[in-house]
Amino acid sequence: MTLAIEDLEGIAKIEKERQEGFRHRINVCIAAGCLSCQSGLVREALEKEVGRRGMENWCLVKGVGCLGLCAAGPLISVEPDGVYYQGVTVSDVSEILDSLGGSPIGRLHCPAQSPFFTRQHRIVTENCGKIDPERIEDYIAERGYEALYTVLRSMTPGEVIEQVVASGMRGRGGAGFPSGLKWTAVSKAVNNTKFVICNADEGDPGAFMDRSVLESDPHRVIEGMAIAAYAVGARHGYVYVRAEYPLAVKRVRTAIAQAERLGVLGSGIFNTRFDFKIEVRLGAGAFVCGEETALIASIEGRLGRPRPRPPFPAEFGLWGCPTLINNVETLANIPPIVRNGGRWLAGIGTEKSKGTKVFALAGRVNNTGLIEVPMGTILRDIVFDIGGGIPEGRQFKAVQTGGPSGGCIPEQHLDMPVDYESLAAVGSIMGSGGMIIMDDASCMVDVAQFFMEFCMSESCGKCVPCRVGTTQIYHLLRKITNGTGKPSDLAMLEELCDLVKNTSLCGLGQTAPNPVISTLRYFRNEYLEHIDDKTCQAGACKIGSVREAL
Amino acid sequence: MDIKSEPSSRSSGEPAQTTEDRRWRLVNRTMRMHGNEPHALIETLHSVQEHFGFLDLDALKYVAGALRVPLSRVYAVATFYHYFTLKPPGEHTCVVCKGTACYIGGASSILDSIQQEVGIGPGETTSDGQISLLTARCLGSCGLAPATVFDGQICGRMTSAAVLERIRRWTNHDTGD
Repeated sequence: MTLAIEDLEGIAKIEKERQEGFRHRINVCIAAGCLSCQSGLVREALEKEVGRRGMENWCLVKGVGCLGLCAAGPLISVEPDGVYYQGVTVSDVSEILDSLGGSPIGRLHCPAQSPFFTRQHRIVTENCGKIDPERIEDYIAERGYEALYTVLRSMTPGEVIEQVVASGMRGRGGAGFPSGLKWTAVSKAVNNTKFVICNADEGDPGAFMDRSVLESDPHRVIEGMAIAAYAVGARHGYVYVRAEYPLAVKRVRTAIAQAERLGVLGSGIFNTRFDFKIEVRLGAGAFVCGEETALIASIEGRLGRPRPRPPFPAEFGLWGCPTLINNVETLANIPPIVRNGGRWLAGIGTEKSKGTKVFALAGRVNNTGLIEVPMGTILRDIVFDIGGGIPEGRQFKAVQTGGPSGGCIPEQHLDMPVDYESLAAVGSIMGSGGMIIMDDASCMVDVAQFFMEFCMSESCGKCVPCRVGTTQIYHLLRKITNGTGKPSDLAMLEELCDLVKNTSLCGLGQTAPNPVISTLRYFRNEYLEHIDDKTCQAGACKIGSVREAL
Repeated sequence: MDIKSEPSSRSSGEPAQTTEDRRWRLVNRTMRMHGNEPHALIETLHSVQEHFGFLDLDALKYVAGALRVPLSRVYAVATFYHYFTLKPPGEHTCVVCKGTACYIGGASSILDSIQQEVGIGPGETTSDGQISLLTARCLGSCGLAPATVFDGQICGRMTSAAVLERIRRWTNHDTGD
């Protein structure tokens, strides 16, 4: 089956006409967040009521991906009026249909003009909340697979890589390695068999960007993978996705099947000699599999244990073949880079960090949800403007980025721009994009202990510094939080952190001490309170019983 | 080859032989799709767990034989990855998310209250086999923290009281039968 650009345009035109034929379009968020607040029932009820009233010909009810503001779910948007409703329940369905074409329902209204929506710059998530993730036609109507067509028909692999290099794109998985360099390395590797892997093993607790993108716009990632495969010379790709995200798995599988049926995946795509196939591989709940060599081992059906690099996967990857591994968000950036040119992306963001970044805003903040902002956005604006500040009038304490590999950023650094370098300068990392806000009810020693417990149990056990070091650090923190810590423990903590950081084999161990180091740097007084006064100001640690015993 | 024959009786004690055969057929299908190659191990274990609820020794032996992977390696993989469980789940499962946002939101007090109410900690099942309590690393529903999954259904913004209410519904229902 060969598909021409006219066919794509034809599909887009028919789909656009179909949708525009409806006087009203009601988009119901069916990403995991809203689904867990029963948005599926709302959608069913809307469809049923539309049918009952005989409105099928002029009112479309459509399931869409994440609208972003998970805190206010279930969310729906009504087009073309551009009205958002929040906290919708099945009992609101009649009222919503009554109000179509009239004035919006004040009770449910969610202001679309609030900073949460207006301050975002959506590139990766531009289709989220707009298209039905289970319909390829809807994606094509938003210029989907056009970039793949352009690449296959009018660009050489070298030209594609040039655009990625020009964009200044850096890997969105956490480390921020320049994507163009990675692509170049894989394309230069001499081997007939190469692979492209999409890393969707979003193990970092508190992060849900990849889940949302896969659930809301899976075709975008598939198109990015196909373009990458063409550029580096691969014919086979894998999406390695967490089994804990059943909905994302289902949508990716559906999308792959649709793409194969249409002919944008498979053999001789767009009548060229380019073949590309994608398979899904399920993760099985090991955080360390986010590390690329461990991920490769897991796809090969083995224990997810990292190995020393070099050789890097670019030369020696899956089954010993050159392999390109990119994160979901990185790949989702590729189609717009091709459509608009690398220079376009390079015009967004800061000098060294280009483009936008998707963050999962969670914790003690009013507007929890998914946001996408240009690199270099001021952290304070993210927390207080877009995030809407701290609920219940409590006091901001810290923002945690990068999950178990990152650090806690205190109030005094809130006015810094969010980019790879600035975050590293204050002892944190960009990470994959989890951003957890903490208020004065959180104890920073307890938080450090939480992350260390995570790293301890997620350590794969291969290298001693990580396996033993994380356990020792955890026990020291345990002592401090239960009120039996001694002043000398702090020096020992620092020494251990330094050792684990510098001698571990992979990224997990090398970054595991970060939450401890950063809390010791900014919140040392809290450690001292636990040790000297045996008190926990936040009330999170159970010191009381120990004090009575003393 | 003896080891390749499907386990005839399972320790889970599923009585209906025909449904059992059907489930093994699905597992076999997964292996066949991957050419019965050793690299299909993790995908196969996923398939076994999906259809049987857990991995028991018979299943591990069967998969080892069918994929020509040493049993020790099958066992290593089944115990390395947290997603796999070697214990049969209870009638109902309650998964409390312990991701960062849920932790900040009070997941540990939810766990404490469940421990007090039904007397089981994470990874345990009540002695009558009714309720299993599990924890998750992160469900990715951080916008709705703290989140809990009851029999596969995710519920957000939970409190100890709300979780206990759901659990009591299970126990009351079962005694009422």
